[in-house]
Amino acid sequence: MNAAFRISGAGRLSQAKTASFSFDDKPYVGIEGDTLASALLANGVHLVGRSFKYHRPRGFLSAGAEEPNALVQIVRDDARKTPNVRATVQELYDGLTANSQNRWPSLAFDVGAVNDIASPMFSAGFYYKTFMWPKWAWKDLYEPKIRATAGLGVSPEKPDPDHYASRYAHCEVLVLGGGAAGIAAALAAAETGVRVILADEQAEFGGSLRFESGARIDGQDGYAWAQAAIAKLKGMDNARVLSRTTAFGYYAQNFVGLVERVSDHLKNPGHELARERLWQVRANRVVLATGAIERHMVFANNDRPGVMLASAARTYLNHYGVAVGRNVGVYTANDSAYAAAIDLKKAGVNIAAIVDLRDNPSGAVIDEARGLGIEINFGRAVVSAGGKLRVSSMTVQPKNGGGQRTIPVDAILMSAGWTPSVHLFSQSRGKVAFNDETKRFVPGTYAQDCVSVGACNGTDGLDATIDEAYAAGAKAAKEAGGKIGKGSKPKVDAGEIWSRGMLGAAPGAGPGTTVKAFVDFQNDVTAKDIRQAVHEGMHSIEHVKRFTTNGMATDQGKTSNMHGLAIAAEELGKPIPQVGLTTFRAPYTPVTFGSIVGHARGALFDPTRRTAIHPWAARQGAVFEDVGNWKRAWYFPKAGEDMHAAVNRECVTVRKVGGLFDASTLGKIEVVGPDAAKFMELLYTNPWEKLETGRCRYGIMLREDGFIYDDGVVGRLAPDRFHVTTTTGGAPRVMNHMEDYLQTEFPHLNVWLTSITEQWAVIAVQGPKSRDIIAPLVEGIDMSDEAMPHMSVREGKICGVPTRLFRMSFTGERGFEVNVPADYGEAVWEALWAEGQKHGATAYGTETMHVLRAEKGYIIVGQDTDGTVTPNDAGLDWAVGKKKTDFVGIRGLTRPDLVAKGRKQLVGLKTKDPKVVLEEGAQIVADPKQPIPMKMIGHVTSSYWSENCGRSIALALVAGGRDRMGETLYVPMPNGTIEVEVTGMVFVDEKGERLNG
Amino acid sequence: MAKAAAKTKAAAAPASVERRPALAGRALSAPGVKVEMLPPAERISLRAPEASLAALSKALGLTLPTKPKTSATKDGRTALWLGPDEWMIIDEAGNDPLADCAKVTALHSAVGISHRNVGISVAGPAAAATVNSGCPQDLSLEAFPVGAASRTILGKSEIVLLRIAADAFRVECWRSFSDYVFTLLSEAAGDAAN
Repeated sequence: MNAAFRISGAGRLSQAKTASFSFDDKPYVGIEGDTLASALLANGVHLVGRSFKYHRPRGFLSAGAEEPNALVQIVRDDARKTPNVRATVQELYDGLTANSQNRWPSLAFDVGAVNDIASPMFSAGFYYKTFMWPKWAWKDLYEPKIRATAGLGVSPEKPDPDHYASRYAHCEVLVLGGGAAGIAAALAAAETGVRVILADEQAEFGGSLRFESGARIDGQDGYAWAQAAIAKLKGMDNARVLSRTTAFGYYAQNFVGLVERVSDHLKNPGHELARERLWQVRANRVVLATGAIERHMVFANNDRPGVMLASAARTYLNHYGVAVGRNVGVYTANDSAYAAAIDLKKAGVNIAAIVDLRDNPSGAVIDEARGLGIEINFGRAVVSAGGKLRVSSMTVQPKNGGGQRTIPVDAILMSAGWTPSVHLFSQSRGKVAFNDETKRFVPGTYAQDCVSVGACNGTDGLDATIDEAYAAGAKAAKEAGGKIGKGSKPKVDAGEIWSRGMLGAAPGAGPGTTVKAFVDFQNDVTAKDIRQAVHEGMHSIEHVKRFTTNGMATDQGKTSNMHGLAIAAEELGKPIPQVGLTTFRAPYTPVTFGSIVGHARGALFDPTRRTAIHPWAARQGAVFEDVGNWKRAWYFPKAGEDMHAAVNRECVTVRKVGGLFDASTLGKIEVVGPDAAKFMELLYTNPWEKLETGRCRYGIMLREDGFIYDDGVVGRLAPDRFHVTTTTGGAPRVMNHMEDYLQTEFPHLNVWLTSITEQWAVIAVQGPKSRDIIAPLVEGIDMSDEAMPHMSVREGKICGVPTRLFRMSFTGERGFEVNVPADYGEAVWEALWAEGQKHGATAYGTETMHVLRAEKGYIIVGQDTDGTVTPNDAGLDWAVGKKKTDFVGIRGLTRPDLVAKGRKQLVGLKTKDPKVVLEEGAQIVADPKQPIPMKMIGHVTSSYWSENCGRSIALALVAGGRDRMGETLYVPMPNGTIEVEVTGMVFVDEKGERLNG
Repeated sequence: MAKAAAKTKAAAAPASVERRPALAGRALSAPGVKVEMLPPAERISLRAPEASLAALSKALGLTLPTKPKTSATKDGRTALWLGPDEWMIIDEAGNDPLADCAKVTALHSAVGISHRNVGISVAGPAAAATVNSGCPQDLSLEAFPVGAASRTILGKSEIVLLRIAADAFRVECWRSFSDYVFTLLSEAAGDAAN
């Protein structure tokens, strides 16, 4: 049951292992080891897609990663529909489902093909010219339409169910490209004992040896040698061999990104296997063995299905056992297409004619072709391909004009020569150099520790390639610390040489012609478009590229760049090196988002930090809010309570009885050393030297510019030891700020900083009953007001475990903060909760904490301050040591603007209607009747409903605020202006008596 | 110095509440590697100038390493070099390094961090590959031999990595990052043997 175009005896696949698949819902049978392309070709299918702009029918141009045409959608299930897969690299598996793209209603009859007829409208720069006016139409008409037609294929609508792995790796020698050159380099390097990684994008190693039937190495067929060498490398502990792995990006200091396709070729990958694996490799030396890519000939209708690269046809025959046609024409400007013609002829395929643009070439392959009876036409050009959904003929003409002759064919193989693959070299910031003799860009100046070998280095011939690669592999290994290798260089018995060729438009597609001779197939750029770009003033190749979009498709112009450059250079009348080459950028081929994201999705997108007490809060049904990476209990609703009711109840209960609050996320830093107090004096505005051991102080930290950076309560545990607390969000940056100053400004101080945020779980117990709740559980601490007044800290035990017990308050009530080692946090909380229950205390969350502190006018740095607020602005002048001669920010505070009249100051606001709660961030004006835009004199920073006050309360930054006490100001809102009265910041217990109540 | 710390040590009555370590008992086995939470250990962050090292080494019962990326282990106690004046001491034998340092009068800072950190064991032939899923360091035995220690990253979390055997690592991270670190290591473990 051979497919029609499968040639028995040809190729390397086992014909016994079949695989069923479908393309556009039609069933086909291929063979295991096929690509989707080879399997379709075996069934005689060339038409696989429609081009992006003109919707022209397209077939396979290549047999590899450079493919611009054969982009298909692979569908595994609803969630796994991958668009724009190159059929030439997609390995066949049993059950594979593929669909063509960019066609409606069908591939053979596509309405969008009207664009092809109307193509004069869509010339180069069409988008830039056409969608400029009327201006309004861009947003409502053009952009949505363009977006709808832009891009190919259909995105899946469900989340990607696959998972993606990632791995960092290090090696002495990284070899990129697993053809003859890469394998030889890897062997030489591995034999020295150093770590070697060899990666190739294909399923099988061998590169051009897959089709180069004339190669013999070490007495074997070239491809067989490659497999034996790979087997040898796989057996070495110091070598890692990665197939199906594309080096897509070459970054600084030999850091290379590789993506390994782990399971896209499997029928049922299962969930154990990742779909792809990202390798981030740091290599001491990199060997680039990326080969060369054959160029097409630029002539009219060179995009008809069935017109393809000669090396592709040869690969389909020699590796996959597939003939690309039965009556094949060849159009070439160099020798390599002859080898394809010879191989096909020997396999029984008729070669209608070879058309060679060269006048009188000679050589062994030409003699051999002639000997096989193939018609050869020198000095002639194919000026047009006939047929539409499949090529049906080629029209041949002497290259300088003359009579035309049309030859029927069902495929045309073409070769304009070979372009060295310098993509990765260019990405490494290496500079290419133009070889005028061979008309190609090759690696010139290196920027990193890498070396190019073989075809990508412009080295011609298998013998020279292996010589160069083996030597380079050994040298790279030696430079990276390898010993002298024990192996021997592979011996090339026979090989092929292809060089030269032509660049630019072929005869019939030259200046003055308007035929569709494609340069860039994927973006539908013709030779005419390039010339037009030059005519319209694009003189730099970078401008030509952007104007025509030549080389800007996902294939990055692997086949088109050199032709486009040559046509532009000809039109500009400049030599090619003067026009220059565009820069190659990562990725070499498209990379999935999945492989870049790797494990970092779902729960692993970002660390979610939970406190030791979190499980208890979760069991109580707490609602959590995100504070940085932390999950914090927001409020604890009882049955039937909404947030408002829960917060009101929590607020009232704390002031009436007491409440427990998880304050574990507060940043904590232990400052230790004989100079600890000196250091604190320098970092905070407050005085510390005289703070007694066992006492606490509220500290303010400024930046150099005098603005508030952070605040927190600090306890002195010993003359040389402070327990510093910071805001939750400020913890890491405060630590960095302190460490930065310690190391750069105050290195003479004997003091060290240690983050202890996570060492201690912190349970705030606040309210009139707080002492009664804690005291029964505490050992060794006298908690009487005399022995332990407000703002003091004691060390002792609670529930039998060590505690640092702070008496402090962020509610204005008598309060304590119980610090216990984190692993005990939840159990101690439960014990305190049980005590609290006896008194009717509540657990409360961050919302209640915010309301209670606002009732007392306690600020939150970052909410009531915004990086432009000084201690004076915030009404915290009392916390700045007046006798201090130095601290970070002391000079900033004296800047003229910071002491000027009329600065925004923090004040309280009461709405005239007590039921109205202002919006945080709302702007404040003095006169609501002034014309818009009004002069804004401040904004609301904090605003809540206060059940304790029976009204709304707010804090605001207002220009000259403290001089406006009692004034009426206005907050204009969309639904009307709100009247407010300026007040002090304390709404509850102005005298502060409740701290000891 | 460290008087406060010494005081907490003095009253050694047994705790009346249970200790609930983060992720206690969590473990995951994959082909070639096992990831599991380690039992609680005593830990301190030790900072000191060179002149104090002899006295501190004597008090701690091991020689504090001075070479970057190294550690020293004796009788269940390991000192990891983290910086020119910084060590993490991990004691798995139940002895208290904070109390030992409290006796030293030479200049230093010792801060208890037993509960700040958790330890995760990653062991098996695929252990290095598991850690390398998120840690960019070269974990070959040549570059990161047994006893090597480094403060580094795993994905988006800071970790301290200690190689305790050719195929076993101790990963230390802060308590609240342990879920992230353990989950990342678990996912990576599933791929590491491939």
